[in-house]
Amino acid sequence: MSLLQVRNLRTRFATDRGTVNAVNGVSFDLAEGEILGLVGESGSGKSVTALSIMRLVPEPPGHITADSLSFDGRELLALSEAQMREERGSSMAMVFQDPMRSLNPVLTIGRQILEVLHRHQKLDGAAAKRRAIELLETVGIPLAETRLKAYPHQFSGGMRQRVMIAIALSCNPRLLIADEATTALDVTIQAQIIDLVKRLTRDRGTSVIWISHDLGVVAGLCDRVNVMYAGNIVESGPIRELFHRPSHGYTLGLMGSTPRLDGTGGRRLTPIEGMPPSLIDPIPLCPFLPRCRVSVAACQERRPERREFGAGHWATCLADLAS
Amino acid sequence: MSTLLDVEDLEVHFGRQDAPGTIKAVNGLSFSVERGQTLGLVGESGCGKSTTGYAILQLIKPTSGRVLFDGTDLCKLDRRELRRMRRKLQIIFQDAHASLNPRMPIGDLVGEALDIHRLFRGGARRQRIRELLDMVGLSSQLAERYPHELSGGQAQRVAICRALAVEPELIVCDEPVSALDVSIQAQIVNLLQDLQEQLGLTYIFISHDLSVVRHISDRVAVMYLGKIVEMAGKDEIYAAPAHPYTKSLMSAVPVPDPDIEAQRQRVILKGDLPNPADPPSGCRFRTRCPIATDECATIDPPQHPLGNGHWAKCIHLKDA
Repeated sequence: MSLLQVRNLRTRFATDRGTVNAVNGVSFDLAEGEILGLVGESGSGKSVTALSIMRLVPEPPGHITADSLSFDGRELLALSEAQMREERGSSMAMVFQDPMRSLNPVLTIGRQILEVLHRHQKLDGAAAKRRAIELLETVGIPLAETRLKAYPHQFSGGMRQRVMIAIALSCNPRLLIADEATTALDVTIQAQIIDLVKRLTRDRGTSVIWISHDLGVVAGLCDRVNVMYAGNIVESGPIRELFHRPSHGYTLGLMGSTPRLDGTGGRRLTPIEGMPPSLIDPIPLCPFLPRCRVSVAACQERRPERREFGAGHWATCLADLAS
Repeated sequence: MSTLLDVEDLEVHFGRQDAPGTIKAVNGLSFSVERGQTLGLVGESGCGKSTTGYAILQLIKPTSGRVLFDGTDLCKLDRRELRRMRRKLQIIFQDAHASLNPRMPIGDLVGEALDIHRLFRGGARRQRIRELLDMVGLSSQLAERYPHELSGGQAQRVAICRALAVEPELIVCDEPVSALDVSIQAQIVNLLQDLQEQLGLTYIFISHDLSVVRHISDRVAVMYLGKIVEMAGKDEIYAAPAHPYTKSLMSAVPVPDPDIEAQRQRVILKGDLPNPADPPSGCRFRTRCPIATDECATIDPPQHPLGNGHWAKCIHLKDA
């Protein structure tokens, strides 16, 4: 049973230069307890997809449409803002890249956690405090009771991000969206956070959408990956399938561009030449075509449809890369 | 091969000397770099890797120690001599846009470097700017454009172009690709490698990204709280890391292969970096180290040679 069902999600922004089609017909499912990776470069639409699901896109200038955006059987686009606010924080939560911007600098960490517990769980007084301490301990913050009185600037980047995760988890959400949550952190701290997320999904069955540009993190954490380019999912598949048999020119390009710690990539990287297209003008053919190294004659004629390459593995690519 | 850069006992302290709270950002660093090679300097935020780069170029005055560049101690030069020397020592930063004057067109940004060192004039100057732009893969039409019209990758190419304009021998690259998307990052990494080959450049490549460092470096130095804890050739340090910090650092870097990831043993470090104003006694890593003993609190570990120019600072190492 899928917890989240996204069908033909489109998010546009009205700008002075024209309408930007940031998310351009995205469809996918997220199962209960599944960790789904969303990878792609800046401007590929990963974050806007996540913000659209949370309905955090400001309207206007943004405008979200979808054939269906259903979470736990409810159509999110049909909910009022007040109903949506109930969902956010209690059944769905989001963690951003920069925890300093999400935390209020003039309120103590404790007050910010208690606020959420009061708002969504009607917990107050000693019970709320107990729960707050418990949460900080879950995310591995030592001396939790004293730390409740500390302010965000007294915490390191890794600890702040753990506080954000603690707040996100405070109401046992069924869906956690992490948008480049470990990108700004050092690798040893990143390893701690990833370990934590794995443990939480295993223990609580939380579903996770993990947005990252780091293929390594995704390879170690996710069950499935969607690769995004120019507002579309261009390839989707189970983690092993996708890494061993990349079937879209862009996925292949990403892998060729990534230097590897185990040094198996060789002396030269194979970059993707050029730059992503503008999302204002309509793109009639494959959006990756101008930068693609493996394009075939048919790419000049039509926009590729989804092609199946294995169980749950598809790509919108006309080249045959697996052979 | 000859040594281009020799750093001896480099110290950079911030705050009043010997007062409590003095931060020893760089604490007794010694290493050398061969001509035409790349030394990777890795470590986490706050370990002192950027400060080391700045101190070598005398952009921050070192507290003590020597920086021998081709035999000349840069710390002893006066302002005029240093300025002349700067032609040979250049730097590129992480945020290229911030290092480019937004009011100057690209051509002038590159030309400025030539003007400062009085290198090319008149028609030759224009010709040289075109050549330089071409060398970093930019169209000479960009000469009329302004920095805000450039993408992140193009801006970094302009920054590299400015550094190259004065024909330097050593370039300190301070996180030059960290802010770029991976496809653009690969373009810049390849460009840096090509330029090194063509021009015989020597790089100090500072980065927190160990995968990029492995790819581009010949030798790698790992820093923790102002000290180099381990140094070795790139393949050796990745294949056989000796210091517990290097080991945990390597184990924490994800590899884009789900099968390898599924089998990896991570050494998850406890806690965060200690306060640099009040570092632990003895070995500075001991508070997070999985194998620390009581002795580690009293002995400041010396370099332990492991053969082949590989050494690490840990008292628990066995002889090679």
